[in-house]
Amino acid sequence: MAATESAMRRGSAGQRRAGVGDRGGPLGGLMLAPAVIYIVALVGVPFVMAIALSLSSATIGNPSIHGFIGLQNYFTVVHEAAFPIALRNSVIVTIATLVLVVILATAESELLARDFRGKWFWQILIILPWAMPVSLAAVNWLWLLDSEFSPVDWILRQIGVLGPGSLLGPAGHLYYYGREGVGLAAMTAINVWRLLPLGTIIVLAGRTAIPHDIYEQAQVDGAGFFRVLFRITVPALAPILVVVAVFAALVVFGDMAIVAITTHGGPGYSTQLLPYWAYLKGIEGGALGEGAAVALYMFPILLAAAILALRMAYRSENG
Amino acid sequence: MLIKRILRRIGFWIAMVLFALFAIFPAAYMLISAFKQDGDLYNVANNPFLFNLPPTFKNIEFLFTETQYATFLWNSFFIGLLVVIITLLLAVPAAYSLSRLVGRRGAQSGIAIFLVYLIPPTLLFIPLFQLITTINAANTIWSLVLVYPTITVPFCTWLLLGFFKSMPRELEEAALIDGYSRWQAFLRVALPLAGPGIATCVVFAFALTLSDYIYAATFVSSTASRTISAGVPIVLISGDIYFWQALMAATAIVTIPLAIAYGLLFGKLVKGFQTEPASGT
Amino acid sequence: MATLELRGIEKHYAGVHAVDGIDLKVRDGEFLAILGPSGCGKSTTMRMIAGLEMPTIGDILIGDEVVTRLPPRLRNVSMVFQSYALYPHMSVAENIAFPLKAAHMPRAEREQKVAWAAKLMGVEPLLKRRPARLSGGEKQKVALARALVRAPTLFIFDEPLSSLDAQVRAMARGELRQLHDRTGITTVYVTHDQIEAMGMGDRIAVMKSGQVRQLGTPQELYSNPADTFVASFLGTPPMNLLKRDGRIVGFRPECVRVAHAGAAMADGAFRLEVKVIEVEFLGADWQVYAHAEGGSEIHKLLARVNSGDAAALKVGESAQFTVAPADLRYFDATTGKRIEHGGN
Repeated sequence: MAATESAMRRGSAGQRRAGVGDRGGPLGGLMLAPAVIYIVALVGVPFVMAIALSLSSATIGNPSIHGFIGLQNYFTVVHEAAFPIALRNSVIVTIATLVLVVILATAESELLARDFRGKWFWQILIILPWAMPVSLAAVNWLWLLDSEFSPVDWILRQIGVLGPGSLLGPAGHLYYYGREGVGLAAMTAINVWRLLPLGTIIVLAGRTAIPHDIYEQAQVDGAGFFRVLFRITVPALAPILVVVAVFAALVVFGDMAIVAITTHGGPGYSTQLLPYWAYLKGIEGGALGEGAAVALYMFPILLAAAILALRMAYRSENG
Repeated sequence: MLIKRILRRIGFWIAMVLFALFAIFPAAYMLISAFKQDGDLYNVANNPFLFNLPPTFKNIEFLFTETQYATFLWNSFFIGLLVVIITLLLAVPAAYSLSRLVGRRGAQSGIAIFLVYLIPPTLLFIPLFQLITTINAANTIWSLVLVYPTITVPFCTWLLLGFFKSMPRELEEAALIDGYSRWQAFLRVALPLAGPGIATCVVFAFALTLSDYIYAATFVSSTASRTISAGVPIVLISGDIYFWQALMAATAIVTIPLAIAYGLLFGKLVKGFQTEPASGT
Repeated sequence: MATLELRGIEKHYAGVHAVDGIDLKVRDGEFLAILGPSGCGKSTTMRMIAGLEMPTIGDILIGDEVVTRLPPRLRNVSMVFQSYALYPHMSVAENIAFPLKAAHMPRAEREQKVAWAAKLMGVEPLLKRRPARLSGGEKQKVALARALVRAPTLFIFDEPLSSLDAQVRAMARGELRQLHDRTGITTVYVTHDQIEAMGMGDRIAVMKSGQVRQLGTPQELYSNPADTFVASFLGTPPMNLLKRDGRIVGFRPECVRVAHAGAAMADGAFRLEVKVIEVEFLGADWQVYAHAEGGSEIHKLLARVNSGDAAALKVGESAQFTVAPADLRYFDATTGKRIEHGGN
């Protein structure tokens, strides 16, 4: 009895003195440490190594970083004919994708913001493009826009827009992945398709932060659907839409799978994109230093986008 | 007025169907193609959406018996499982610590963490490839087990951070008063109540592992160790020979469960992106 | 059973002094109410007593033991939260047993104590239920049972009645006070509701802007407020305050008499010209709303008068209020602090 009474008086749970388990700060540090160490080791360090590699003459055959050659890789790479094309394409595809995603996500979020029966079913359909692994999506679209058997071409032929003597003719097929313009358009389409769900989700999340009274006031004032959309919803959503644009840009700009599987950067290098080019140079070509340099050309853009995203997100978070 | 409402309803459903069609059209076609016979599929004149010849399971059979698909499935599953465990061990305490134990800055670091997730593998894959080679893990599934948490840990930490933030502090404070240390309050109160959040993390960690292409393509070259993401496009397309139906089946088998899982977790994802309604609470 | 002492307690957040110097001694077995408006620092003070936050400066002693840096679990304090903080993933019985588990009490004894606490609070039939299926009043009882079960040294209540309906609240107030009297455990009760504080507390500490403005029994605070804040915060309706002769004069509505033929006048009574705005019949007496001219400002006044006085009043017309000198309180016009027996 006495022992339990004194145990109760102390209210201890095994320990009679305050320890690390009690203090928020140190405990927090300990709980955070493993994740931080891991990320520093496998993201931070490789990032620094990427910079070091880009400044060296390392190749797969001779991978040491010791062959310091300064910014030579950067110059070599910039002067190759493929570089400006790859850069141009990366920018075009990224910007086209993000513009379309922002517009479509705003529209789609209007639909999913309402409650309706069986919503869960439509949500599954809508989210499928994002759920699909990138490479498998690329394979799917490879078949969808196949140069011979594409069902899209089939539909176009049926409605008379494709084929001899028609608008998009005279060939009966559009050879999506074998030509520059259509190839870039196809890659944009794939990116828009797979990122739209994410964009919609982010916009939906942002909409809940808009106070309801504004909508009710607009209803009382007699504003129609489109007026509410353009005068109220879109301006209020502006910071969120920037976040969507930035996330889309980050994902598209850095992606390699789609171009690797669909156009392979061809014909020639006309549909080349920076990350795939980095892969071809560094891994398949074996020139690690050059590959790293190409990858790092992407970095300033990514960083600028990231800072923008952070600013916008904090702005919308702090009303 | 009623007319307006009906028109609006119709407009809504037309738009909804259009968006849904856009989303699943490629996948629907994928599903149809998987069951088509060669004679049907490879006929330019045929309607690609109808079974002009009766559907067949031959292609799926082919997928499992004549290709390494089953191996890919197993590899992906095994890697996924290990990565999920590692992710939970790292991300759960980290998210809790950020939400509760390290002050205002910590709790608002959600977006910053998500950005770490968005660092493209294309930036890091070359030095990581070197790292993997140095520790002799190249061409093994262990290289992927080691590296995948760089993708899953930031994402899951971000997700769980939002989750823990929305859990009322008072429960853990009550546990402190009842006689437990902060660590025990975490184990006995916060963790059990985080069940749904943790389950969501498991699904996403698994899915993210399945999705990666670049690491899977770069670190592993032997077919026996490949995952689905890299195996399907690289191995099932050999040279000019594309076994389209089998490819489509291979894709469908993975996509459908993932789509259902993600779809059911739709609401949780929206929540994860929601910022607090009143600032500075 | 113990005393509680706060010495020079301060809490600073980013340059703001949420709590700005509190000295307080709570006697053994006393029921102390900490009363104040939102933002006055009462919650922060309470959390420091519980150990959920550490003071920036100062010490806290529970029964002569310095506990300032100890975590909550080593202070043997029990707390009832505003939201009751019942663990949703445990049954009522498990909720009540939780603190006993922390103390590594053997199972048989635990079950005994849980049964005892449940009986005390009348929640035995609810033992197997989950918190989600309890009503507000039931949740409160379970929270109390959990707080009682380990015979703490100190009880802390954090506005426990604010989530109850008004009807239930009055009953709950009485029950809580009774519980205190039965168990005799030293209690600190934090609230913003002055009716609760006045009704339940042995003493009340009135806080504003991080400081204790006055500490005393309800009667002391009511009749002799230390400053204008305490004067206007306590009492329903609150004390009338108006500027006069460079000072602030205060008097309670029920001390007002109306000058009219037939009313006895106290010598040296304070006289006030007012304009009657509204007169309400309340049953036992009448409530009068009036305006007094006081220089450039209009002071709104409330008075409670009997029917005789009320009959002498006409809405819209002038009248004369009088207050006996003993019922007047004077305050400094700048600091608001009480001045004894207003000079002159």
